[in-house]
Amino acid sequence: MNKKLLILLILVCFLFSVSVASAKIVRIGGVAPLTGGAATYGASTKNGCLLAFKAVNAEGGIDIGGTKYLINYIFEDDQGSPEVAANAFRKLIDQDEVVAILGSVMSKCTLAGAPIAQDAGVPVISPTSTAVQVTLTGDYIFRACFLDPFQGAVVATFSTNDLKAKTAAVIFDNANDYTKGLAEAFRESFEKLGGKVVAYESFTDEDKTTDFSAQLTNIKSANPDVIFLDAYYSAAALMAKQARGLGITVPFVGADGWDSAEFPKLGGEAVEGGYFCNHYSPEDPRPIVQNFVKKYAETYGQTPDALATLAYDAALILIDSLQRAGSTDGAAIRDAIFATNLECVSGQITFNENGDPIKKAAIIKVENGKFVFQKFVQP
Amino acid sequence: MKIIKNIINLIKKYYKFILITVLVYLLIEILNGTTPIVPRLLTRYYMQILMFALINIIMTVSLNLINGFTGQFSIGHAGFMCIGAYTSAYFTTILFKAAKMAYFPQLALFIFSLIIGGLMAAIAGYLIGLPTLKLKGDYLAIVTLAFGEIVRSIVRASDEIAAFLNRIGLINFSETIDKISGPRGLSTIPALSKFWLVYVISILSVVIMRNFIYSTHGRACLSIRENEVAAETMGINTTRYKIIAFSLSAFFAGVGGGLFAHVLRFIHPDNFSFIKSIDYLIYLYAGGMGSITGSILAATGLTILPEFLRVINFQQWRMVIYPLLLVILMLRKPDGIFGNREFSFLVPKRKEVN
Amino acid sequence: MQYPVILYKTVKIFFKKLGKNMTKKQLSDSINNNILNYNKWANWKKYVFISVIILFFLFLYILSFGIQSFLQQLVNGIQLGSIYALIALGYTMIYGIIKLINFAHGDLFMFGAYISCFLGNYLIAHNFGFPFIVVLIFSMAVTALLGMTIEKIAYKPLRFKPRLAALITALGVSLFLENFFALSPENVPFPLNKIVFGPRFLPFPALIADATYDIAGITINNIKILDIIITVILMILLQYIVKKTMIGKAMRAVAFHKDACLMMGININNIISITFGIGTSLAAAAGTLFALTYGQLQSPYLGIWPGLKAFIAAVLGGIGSIPGAMLGSYVMGISETFATSINSNFGYVIAFVILIVVLIFKPAGLLGKFTKEKV
Repeated sequence: MNKKLLILLILVCFLFSVSVASAKIVRIGGVAPLTGGAATYGASTKNGCLLAFKAVNAEGGIDIGGTKYLINYIFEDDQGSPEVAANAFRKLIDQDEVVAILGSVMSKCTLAGAPIAQDAGVPVISPTSTAVQVTLTGDYIFRACFLDPFQGAVVATFSTNDLKAKTAAVIFDNANDYTKGLAEAFRESFEKLGGKVVAYESFTDEDKTTDFSAQLTNIKSANPDVIFLDAYYSAAALMAKQARGLGITVPFVGADGWDSAEFPKLGGEAVEGGYFCNHYSPEDPRPIVQNFVKKYAETYGQTPDALATLAYDAALILIDSLQRAGSTDGAAIRDAIFATNLECVSGQITFNENGDPIKKAAIIKVENGKFVFQKFVQP
Repeated sequence: MKIIKNIINLIKKYYKFILITVLVYLLIEILNGTTPIVPRLLTRYYMQILMFALINIIMTVSLNLINGFTGQFSIGHAGFMCIGAYTSAYFTTILFKAAKMAYFPQLALFIFSLIIGGLMAAIAGYLIGLPTLKLKGDYLAIVTLAFGEIVRSIVRASDEIAAFLNRIGLINFSETIDKISGPRGLSTIPALSKFWLVYVISILSVVIMRNFIYSTHGRACLSIRENEVAAETMGINTTRYKIIAFSLSAFFAGVGGGLFAHVLRFIHPDNFSFIKSIDYLIYLYAGGMGSITGSILAATGLTILPEFLRVINFQQWRMVIYPLLLVILMLRKPDGIFGNREFSFLVPKRKEVN
Repeated sequence: MQYPVILYKTVKIFFKKLGKNMTKKQLSDSINNNILNYNKWANWKKYVFISVIILFFLFLYILSFGIQSFLQQLVNGIQLGSIYALIALGYTMIYGIIKLINFAHGDLFMFGAYISCFLGNYLIAHNFGFPFIVVLIFSMAVTALLGMTIEKIAYKPLRFKPRLAALITALGVSLFLENFFALSPENVPFPLNKIVFGPRFLPFPALIADATYDIAGITINNIKILDIIITVILMILLQYIVKKTMIGKAMRAVAFHKDACLMMGININNIISITFGIGTSLAAAAGTLFALTYGQLQSPYLGIWPGLKAFIAAVLGGIGSIPGAMLGSYVMGISETFATSINSNFGYVIAFVILIVVLIFKPAGLLGKFTKEKV
């Protein structure tokens, strides 16, 4: 047992070394996967948040209750695993005493961390956790992204009204609550609008699945007017390629999981002419959007994807709420977040009583390897 | 009077063991800030890691029963954990709302649910063990792996399976399954795993498993490990003992899973993937096969190590350092840190013959 | 209420029978194998029975999905099986020689795919002729070097130590490879940031122009045909090396008895090195074909699941047996495809269910030999 004690003692030393140096600094925690299969998403999320906080720090910090504070962004890796996410949330709350947490990317990780933050009274804004349960954990838990039912309805409305689709096929990841929720929502709205979902195919875990030919063959024989490729951009690109390889020619539609500059590169010819629902359009002339896209490209050398955008928005909401709350008290920040009415990259954001944002969705078309804005949709 | 005498005898016999467990507990409680003299040094972050470490001890020692002491090779331990976690969470979260109960009924319900979870896991262990324990070595390994993945996939597809059964009119339990919400993960589990409880249960589990190992049945298991054919020749029903070891191990894995669910308060099928089984395998072999001491120390150390690397701000590297240390350890000490050795307080004193 | 009772009774009888019959069956099998000159086709009734069941299911499938869909799925399944087979061949070979489940095999597969990706991009940018062949050979060579290095550093010192120590080391190597290469270059100091791949998704260069053929309503892709052809060629080549050449003979000898080999003057270190080289170069070939087929590299973790599935396929076919690995892979690929098309939720599980069922009835896999334990 000596070894355990020794390690504990070392841990304790670090606790002290961390808590000594702090003056006029407000600590904000971030949780996202940096290692493991979802590391790409984590990197985008981290970059988005960092961009917002760096801008604030460059202007001399954030004004809370009349004093200027510098933001110290403490980032923790959750490996995409709920257990590790719980440790990361605990560490941020107990060890670093952060005032709020931005994270995590996956719903399962946020759900593991949320009860801890709720009990400790630390507000959490998850940029991308779409599962309905997330914000139902308690009043300290918020999110910056669409809910699945909303987005599913947007895609269904667009498919029926603009693409004149009577029948649709859905292919989704049944191991991912985001895609699964979206598929259910799409089916429901599409059938409510008079259409028919002729094929409802799933696969298990896009990290583990690269071959979709069995599902796509089924879809092909069902002969739909439109196919909803309900997955993140890498899997969606794979599916699109394989579908074209099987001789399927109908258009593809998708959701915000498609939004990445990588998507047209990965999908190539196959994803040309596809439509997807997104939070914003890079062509949007609003200065906040243009500014964000430009600064992001300058800093990281790439176009921001959906995760970076939502992370940036979450950071903006938090900064704004901190200023309005005028204190670093958890309850005050929570109330301020509820009262948010802020112009963000993804539009004017307000929160409903659950802590879910209310905003509208943009439809984007993939054309010549670029994203072209089509229209705003409010179902 | 006899009872008191017995207890005194027991304490005399095991005073070292009792002393050490009690002292460790007291030390942790003191560092936890229970006494007014010492400030709170162990934040809840450390307590949480310690709880995970204790659960991992249960898991590793129970895996040791199969892999270390009976000489079988199972890599599907997370499957049993999954069954235990979901069963006990079902009892405390869905069937009875433990969150709204008074303290003692809540505690009783929790312990009851842990035992039920363990039993369910043991039944699963029995069912999978019966037809497959005839398999040898790697074939058994791969079947247990398959079992773990099947359990996880069933939980994950539980809503679809329920809908399917409902459609063909067999059984209708869609509503219940909906509440378990397989692919989305079961949240709002009450935080019933208090530190003292996890501590006591893990000590109890380790003691029971240790006693099993040094009992007649345990000896039979050991003989299977050493030489199965010879054991059979000596009249030991090897299949029976393998199944006993398998079920017992599964039982404790189930209990560990139940505790895990109530520490994390959220369970998702992905918690219990193949990677998790591999983790326990690593803890086991790093500590030394067939050594309870090794399992305990390795499970504790390797649970703390990644978090320690996080605290010293090395998190980019921790998943690189961890396997590297493992490889170096296995190259330097192929039998694990402890090999077959044990701390003396874990080994019963030999009775003098004659 | 009667359904659960029936179910319970069936399960009970099933397990009862298994529990009683297995030892007897094994005993009779081993006696047949070793004492009486056992005729493989003696119990032809069993094979007929199994074939009838399979045909029945096929008939049901065709009835409900149509012949066209059936043939298309068959093609899909064979193609998926080929990818598994390529990985499984390397697995089974290494296992056959040193009885080590090389968990790092899936990661060497990943490494091969990344090497081909980088080299392929370079060659295409410089208008090099026949990029595919060059890339394939280069990546096989580099990965073989890495495989042999790993063997020298991590497995060789454990050769005469407990077998499981090597297994855990293999796990460690596997975790190390995937996590190391997944580090993002921005966060890594200088010399290493040139090596690591980063967690990003990479498009794989189109080394061969994609072409789709439509034969009687069944769509097939030229790359998929290539997969199948290369798999078959490599399997024949491998079988030739193992069965007909001196090195192959030495490999089989090492697999049979290491100490005797030492006495006969066979350099077992070299033989094991060569085995590793061949096995890992097969993994690299599989990686290259895999990436070419799907046109994308997901992350350095991409090797885990194909590797695991291929391992299961190898066990299914009888680990250590080269035709077995091939057969197991095709059985898995095809059954997975059909199961997925019937209900896509169960496609993932079906591999495992088939595995358990096969191993219950044939404990050494489809083509594996049941070795009697020596006392």
